[in-house]
Amino acid sequence: MAGSIAGVATLVGIACLGSLLIAANAIDPMMEAHAWIFFFLTAFALLSIGIWAGGLTGRNPFDESFYEDTIVKFGVAAAMFWGIAGFLVGVIIALQLTWPNIFYFPDLGWTNFGRLRPLHTSAVIFAFGGNVLIATSFYVVQRTSRTRIAGGLWPWFVFWGYNLFIVIAGTGYLMGVTQSKEYAEPEWYADLWLTIVWVAYLLVFLGTLWKRKEPHIYVANWFYLSFIVTIAMLHIVNNLSIPVNLSGSKSYQLFSGVQDALTQWWYGHNAVGFFLTTGFLAIMYYFIPKRAQRPVYSYRLSIVHFWSLIFIYIWAGPHHLHYTALPQWAQTLGMTFSIMLWMPSWGGMINGVMTLSGAWDKLRTDPVVRMMVVSLAFYGMSTFEGPLMSVRAVNALSHYTEWGIAHVHSGSLGWVGFISFGALYCLTQWLWKRPALYSKSLVEWHFWLATIGIVFYIVALYFAGIIEGLMWRAYNEYGFLEYSFIETVDAKHINYMIRTVGGGLYLTGALIMAYNLVRTALGHGEAADVAVTEPNRTPALQPAE
Amino acid sequence: MGLFQKHQALERHSLLLTVGILVVVAIGGLVEIAPLFYLENTIEKVQGMRPYTPLELAGRNIYIREGCYTCHSQMVRPLRDEVERYGHYSLAAESMYDHPFQWGSKRTGPDLARVGRKYSNEWHLDHMTNPRSVVPESIMPPYAFLSDNTLHFDDIADHLKTLRFEGVPYTDDMIENAKTDLIAQVDPDADYDSQDALVARYEEASGRKGTITIGDFDSDRTRITEMDAVIAYLQMTGTLVDFSTYEADDLSNRR
Repeated sequence: MAGSIAGVATLVGIACLGSLLIAANAIDPMMEAHAWIFFFLTAFALLSIGIWAGGLTGRNPFDESFYEDTIVKFGVAAAMFWGIAGFLVGVIIALQLTWPNIFYFPDLGWTNFGRLRPLHTSAVIFAFGGNVLIATSFYVVQRTSRTRIAGGLWPWFVFWGYNLFIVIAGTGYLMGVTQSKEYAEPEWYADLWLTIVWVAYLLVFLGTLWKRKEPHIYVANWFYLSFIVTIAMLHIVNNLSIPVNLSGSKSYQLFSGVQDALTQWWYGHNAVGFFLTTGFLAIMYYFIPKRAQRPVYSYRLSIVHFWSLIFIYIWAGPHHLHYTALPQWAQTLGMTFSIMLWMPSWGGMINGVMTLSGAWDKLRTDPVVRMMVVSLAFYGMSTFEGPLMSVRAVNALSHYTEWGIAHVHSGSLGWVGFISFGALYCLTQWLWKRPALYSKSLVEWHFWLATIGIVFYIVALYFAGIIEGLMWRAYNEYGFLEYSFIETVDAKHINYMIRTVGGGLYLTGALIMAYNLVRTALGHGEAADVAVTEPNRTPALQPAE
Repeated sequence: MGLFQKHQALERHSLLLTVGILVVVAIGGLVEIAPLFYLENTIEKVQGMRPYTPLELAGRNIYIREGCYTCHSQMVRPLRDEVERYGHYSLAAESMYDHPFQWGSKRTGPDLARVGRKYSNEWHLDHMTNPRSVVPESIMPPYAFLSDNTLHFDDIADHLKTLRFEGVPYTDDMIENAKTDLIAQVDPDADYDSQDALVARYEEASGRKGTITIGDFDSDRTRITEMDAVIAYLQMTGTLVDFSTYEADDLSNRR
């Protein structure tokens, strides 16, 4: 296993030297800053690897008779940290839109909405969501394959390499480094780094499957695998670009105009489909059965769910481009498949909710289970709403408005957020081997604050979206447009205030959760007890037969 | 049950499963995206499109850098109210040199596809310095710092070269003179010859007169700032295509 240490050290060493070279020749200050960040962090990583490997003195750090859980603990901590950071930036930009005179700073251009908005979206999707997915996938693939994660030090490379990408992306937005493709803003060098990390991720995941001690690959792993494979495909194609200078941050996208637009929304929609959906459905397929101690409702439904979902999702991108200069045949295809997508989405939701058959009482007694089931309710809502909004006639009203923002937050706060919180509560309790969480009533507080926060958020913006959409198209009795654009902005002010309150409540809930998780890990309160046997060392569930 | 039995093969072979996933997720994109590159009627035939001048390109890059696309679309839909509010609906041809596209997805502010020449340079300067000085209800961030930032354009020719490699029809002439063209467009004191040369180069590409605006965009004659570039870019958006010659109902333009 020393091979993996040497391999990681070599790759990090090359990255370290390469960044030093670029730092010395950088033609713009952003590239220079990034190259130095990269250099110092990779140098620090090399040093750490060296000290750690030197201290091993013959001990095998990758003992096959144990699961690798430390990395999952790191993932839980990183997810919680980035989640709070991402929610906080969200609240800040909500405040900016509500009270621009107070929350914009003319001398601090880097705090403007245009730079913070990508910071918010990337922090919650890729930093929070991504760390949740890496952590849970590493946990789940080990348990369901009954083997230690493959690759020795490589999983650690995936974890730290991914978080390095997050740091580069986030600092880049603040400095104005962006290629302006939504949810794919990082520039070419960050994209290249992520590609390397992602290939390592795929190989670590597949390597673990290859040495599994179960004949079957558990359904959650199908979903993780489709998430990893498809994100790789989407990431590479959508980020095809040519740097102006290898020592500069700026690049130009290879495709232009209409082709670039469809490639972007093919990516953008499937970032939702394969990052925020299949990845988190994998969480659903492991954590809900596990926490509720019930088997997955239907094995056959999971097969149908899986293949139909991944096949249909990929077609739905053009619904982001209704009535644009995209040829209508493509729009119509996108709309058709978006409507079809409703069925596999709800199939998956039903499979998750019905898993509680025979354990419905847990909705009352275990707020963590309730959180995960409510996440499925939000999933059902937003996957019904999505097909509705993809109908051209509806889209004519909803597109470009706050309705879209309400829709994605119903999906992201409700579905992705809640299922992630559920998984993080479970993981903290299980990994630190606690009999319970520090405080169940704090979970209740989190649940209700977050739920009420979401309701405030989405209802306010549904109203705002429909109001502005109708105002944009309103005509007066003389046949002229009734409202100037700025009147439609002004009309949303109160909605923006309510939205900000909703986001604030959601953030508060997350802070309570972080406190609860830390106290749980420390073994305080209800978590205090002798360490119990890890509940999943002997799986209660058999993998899908 | 037979089919579900066969599924066991996929559940037992991770590589088979991986390949299966890849095939299934590749189909949709191939069917939808690939044809856009070879179907000739994807992009309309129009009069007037030309590559961005170096100054406009620099301005566009600042527009991208500041994340303007997060609040402003550049895509007028063919709906009655939008055409009346913003102007002729956007054509695919109008963004054919846009690497990347800037169609946007949200209108927290108005669409900017046709904002060119609707307002004076001075209005744009005031508006970006402090949006609420001209639109009291505005929620747009202030961009006064753009007037303080000197525009860096030493490597502007490399930008044109990169774009030419990607298919934008920049000529050798345009690339060679990128820097002088940039200065000529923004500096009212630049010599007439270089201004004439800039106009000639880009009007020839456009096939149409009057698509180049020369001026001191930020009311600061002493230097070239990022504000100059952004306003130059905004003032040309949506002004290139000659709609008097565009036949919307022509069969080749119906998509």
